[in-house]
Amino acid sequence: MSALAEPTPLDRIRTGGGTRVAGPSALSGDWRRILALTWTLAYTEWRLKFFGSVLGYAWQLARPLAMFAIYYVIFTQAVRLGDGIRYYAPALLMSILLYQFFAEVTGASVGAVVGRENLVRKIHFPRIVIPLSIVLQATFNLVLNLVAVGIFIALGGVPVRAGWLWMIPLFGLLLMLVTGLAMLLSALYVRFRDVQPIWEVVTQAAFYATPIIYPITTVPEGTLRDIIMLNPLSVIVEQMKHAMFDPDQPSAAAASGAAWHLVFPLGLVLVLFVVGFVTFNRSAPRVAEDL
Amino acid sequence: MLPTAPAIVVDGVTKRFRRPQEQMHTLKERALHPLRRRAHDAFTAVDDVSFAVEQGEFFGIVGRNGSGKSTLLKLIAGIYQTNGGEIWVNGRLSTFIELGVGFNPDLAARDNVVLNGIMLGLTPTEARERYERVLDFAELREFEHLKLKNYSSGMHVRLAFSVMIQVDADVLLIDEVLAVGDAAFQQKCFDQFNRLRDAGKTIVLVTHDMGAVRRFCHRAILLERGRELATGDPEGIGAQYMEQNFRRIPEEAQQTDTGVEVDHGYERYRFGDGQARFVDLWLEDEQGERIEAPTQGRELVIRAECEFYADLEHPLVGLTIENEDHWPVFAASSAWHGERTGGFKAGERATLTVKLPNLFTTGRYFVSPNLAHRGSGLDLIDRRPRMHDFVVVGVRSSGHILEVDHDLSFERTQARVP
Repeated sequence: MSALAEPTPLDRIRTGGGTRVAGPSALSGDWRRILALTWTLAYTEWRLKFFGSVLGYAWQLARPLAMFAIYYVIFTQAVRLGDGIRYYAPALLMSILLYQFFAEVTGASVGAVVGRENLVRKIHFPRIVIPLSIVLQATFNLVLNLVAVGIFIALGGVPVRAGWLWMIPLFGLLLMLVTGLAMLLSALYVRFRDVQPIWEVVTQAAFYATPIIYPITTVPEGTLRDIIMLNPLSVIVEQMKHAMFDPDQPSAAAASGAAWHLVFPLGLVLVLFVVGFVTFNRSAPRVAEDL
Repeated sequence: MLPTAPAIVVDGVTKRFRRPQEQMHTLKERALHPLRRRAHDAFTAVDDVSFAVEQGEFFGIVGRNGSGKSTLLKLIAGIYQTNGGEIWVNGRLSTFIELGVGFNPDLAARDNVVLNGIMLGLTPTEARERYERVLDFAELREFEHLKLKNYSSGMHVRLAFSVMIQVDADVLLIDEVLAVGDAAFQQKCFDQFNRLRDAGKTIVLVTHDMGAVRRFCHRAILLERGRELATGDPEGIGAQYMEQNFRRIPEEAQQTDTGVEVDHGYERYRFGDGQARFVDLWLEDEQGERIEAPTQGRELVIRAECEFYADLEHPLVGLTIENEDHWPVFAASSAWHGERTGGFKAGERATLTVKLPNLFTTGRYFVSPNLAHRGSGLDLIDRRPRMHDFVVVGVRSSGHILEVDHDLSFERTQARVP
């Protein structure tokens, strides 16, 4: 073999089974590794919170219960928003849980990538795991809370209905919404630190822009109701109230005026998901240096 | 014969960082200055670096602070994205920039081992299977259920290290930060390095400690400001590294100096009647080139030039060398040689040359030349304390004054009486 034909190290590693280092990205590695990492991070964090304090789970439930108790007393005894509405109390509790899930995921995801700086700067792993694990961790909480609410609903005598099956697509929609936002917020916060105060305001506004404490029927038909029904959370909560608790309450489609009006909030969920993923995916390769 | 594939190939890799000159972190600032483009310094941390690491090789990446060595490691690890060039790796890669990445102080050993193992690339099943081995290796069985925050730092390190060993990657990237800590911990790290090397792992070690490179590495690359200065055996790289390290300091010292002469602050101790004055002092290599950092083991050539302002007959001339601790380690004088140095006229110049084998240990040395009237030598014409300093570079630094080749043997001289 002549000296010229001597293969370069690059040739040798190419033909010898080497793989090219692609650098950091949102989705590197196979999906099993992404799942394993997401699960491990979420489960570990969740368990720490759960068993970290003496009353672990009690505290997890205390917050929505306290919110519920306050709103329940005010809006059934003082303001009387719930008068004449069947199952106002369990529906209120359920709505608060869904909202809390939304607030928990988005609130935690804002600082998530920055908070995991130690991992991001020191190890190669699919970055998407960070927002995903936050969604998963909050889902654990939601599921546990739903068990508690289930007991409450049973005590309240809410009849079992086929409409309960609506919860599956509604959860799916909610999951898609928060996942999109989690990716978007965690990626944006790395470069724009004022995402945090802005998002706190948005979260607060979202609570009142969703028919949680008030029935949608108390909002006059017209621009205001249209605006409220543009909010994907409103669609989820309203449809949930209609399907699970009281068929007399308008469905999401009815509250929006027409079924096709739902295109906007549903489209918004889709757009947020896509924009969130694209933003995260584009920022992932540089996130370790931008931190 | 089929050539075996290398473990790592780095081919023409470049990494640039953008450093914003004015940090604009908030949307508000952007909204207020929408037209102002962010000014960036492009800073090239790694510049067209290429090397290949063969399988089973222990390879060092050496350089001073800011030379780009850690950036290079992060590029290989896939933590940063390259701006040019290709990096290829053969086999499973594990990065140890820090021990126990993802360790959570509130969790017990088991969860941390599994967590850390998964972070390092194991599947959850693999991580759980290895837990027992990790625990045994770390000798922490009895502390299994203790939370990590209650571990001593030594236990913490043992646990992290044994995860690293048991992860069983083919290619390990190790940052020098592992080797901080007390002497016992360092020794523990070093023992593990040796064990890994003996196990035939391919290891890349980033360090500024040449001692570690000589101890472990088969080969090393020397970086300076992101560029490759040399690649080769540790001895050669070590010598270059020392030279590169110390050469800079005299340069920097001279830049701040306004006068012709370098004043080390000892000028006020200069004595003499001024009938002649030393004007220059330098070191030379074999080719007669001036050098600042003579190499251990070679001949050391010191020259000092003086200018006469009066006619002088047979002045005494000599010099002393002190080490960093102000110990005089060497002196030479024409008086001891019984030499009559000759007569000099005002306006003439003369150069003193002293040659000696460079047996000094590595470090900084100071040269003080002196010139005196014939006789006792106390009648000084010019004595310039610490007129010049130099740094001895070399691979031997025992910490004692001299590095002398020597034989050592230890043999039984009498058999044991039964």
